[in-house]
Amino acid sequence: MSNEKNISVEEYCTHYSIEASFVRSLSENGLIELSNVNESICIDFDQLQALEKYIHLHYDLDINIEGIEAISHLLQKIDSLQTELRILRNRLIT
Amino acid sequence: MEYIDYYKILGVSKTATADEIKKAYRKLARKYHPDLNPNDKEAEKKFKEINEAHEVLSDPDKRKKYDQYGADWKHAEQFEQAKKQQKAYQSQGTPFDGGGEYYTFTDEEGAGFSDFFSQMFGRSSRQQRTQAKFRGQDYKAEVQLNLSDAYKTHQQTFTVNGKNIRITVPAGIENGQEIKIKNYGGSGVNGGPNGDLYITFHIINDTAFTRQGNDLYLTVALDLYKAVLGGNETIDTMNGKVKLTISPETQNGAKVRLKGKGFPAYKKEGEFGDLYITWQIQIPKNLNEKEKELFTQLANEAAKK
Repeated sequence: MSNEKNISVEEYCTHYSIEASFVRSLSENGLIELSNVNESICIDFDQLQALEKYIHLHYDLDINIEGIEAISHLLQKIDSLQTELRILRNRLIT
Repeated sequence: MEYIDYYKILGVSKTATADEIKKAYRKLARKYHPDLNPNDKEAEKKFKEINEAHEVLSDPDKRKKYDQYGADWKHAEQFEQAKKQQKAYQSQGTPFDGGGEYYTFTDEEGAGFSDFFSQMFGRSSRQQRTQAKFRGQDYKAEVQLNLSDAYKTHQQTFTVNGKNIRITVPAGIENGQEIKIKNYGGSGVNGGPNGDLYITFHIINDTAFTRQGNDLYLTVALDLYKAVLGGNETIDTMNGKVKLTISPETQNGAKVRLKGKGFPAYKKEGEFGDLYITWQIQIPKNLNEKEKELFTQLANEAAKK
């Protein structure tokens, strides 16, 4: 693994065969953060997990940016509900 | 090994067109995709099934082969023969070029196809689809842990995908809790980072205590005389014995709270829950004549009050 902690949008899009405009739209909608490194727009490695998920949603399931944004909110909600459920369940059965 | 009806899984007829299959698949994928169903094993299983069905039915060659064997399936002997041929086919290592759409899984486990699929088409095509493009895959693992071990922060070695990983398990971890271990997932490619490893802990209670959050509960037997007259009782807590004073006339079911003798709070060093002791008074059995006489005297005395 290289020491770099980011990848240029251009390079990333080549690896995944996706359009750079999709990544930019995600960033414009606040779904991922892009950074400027040496005058090129880059994606930090810690953003990649979320980005991959958005790629699946868009390219595999035909969901547009607005849909992805809504799903992202709902997934966050599911996550906190699942945590709450786990805590409550553990109070019931041990 | 059971026959799998791929048409039924996608809910399409045997004469469905490629377009109908694609449509049915996408519709089901939107329902069961793991990215839309976090921590849902049922959905993951379903998704795996529809993916496999799509893999076969969207590829004309595979579909043809499947239709052919499917029709013969009930004639076991014929199938066995076909299987042998298939094995010979596999051993040549013919790479299968699936050309269909590939969905990426969030973990490797979800990517495995059925034995039925492997028997018919070999395993080569499934490896292709799990390959990372940059960042490695995330792995998920489940680990069982005794409650007594969860009491203390400790090092534990796990074997995940053949690799030994030594991690620190913080005290107070809860049943069902997940820990993320960065970079211990699948290897990245083209200079990409590794995926992460997620370990879910299933805690098995190997103690006499009941755990509710950070509090522990314990029912302790108390003999009648000590309950009536008072005295001392030594009980075991998670970190050693504690001598408790029993006040005279302690009632059955009475509770005592031992502050800070419960379970450690997760990642809050020095913070503990409480331990609640419930006294369960034991009524003496097999009384001799003398004892009976004394109890009768007591009963008469009580009646006078």
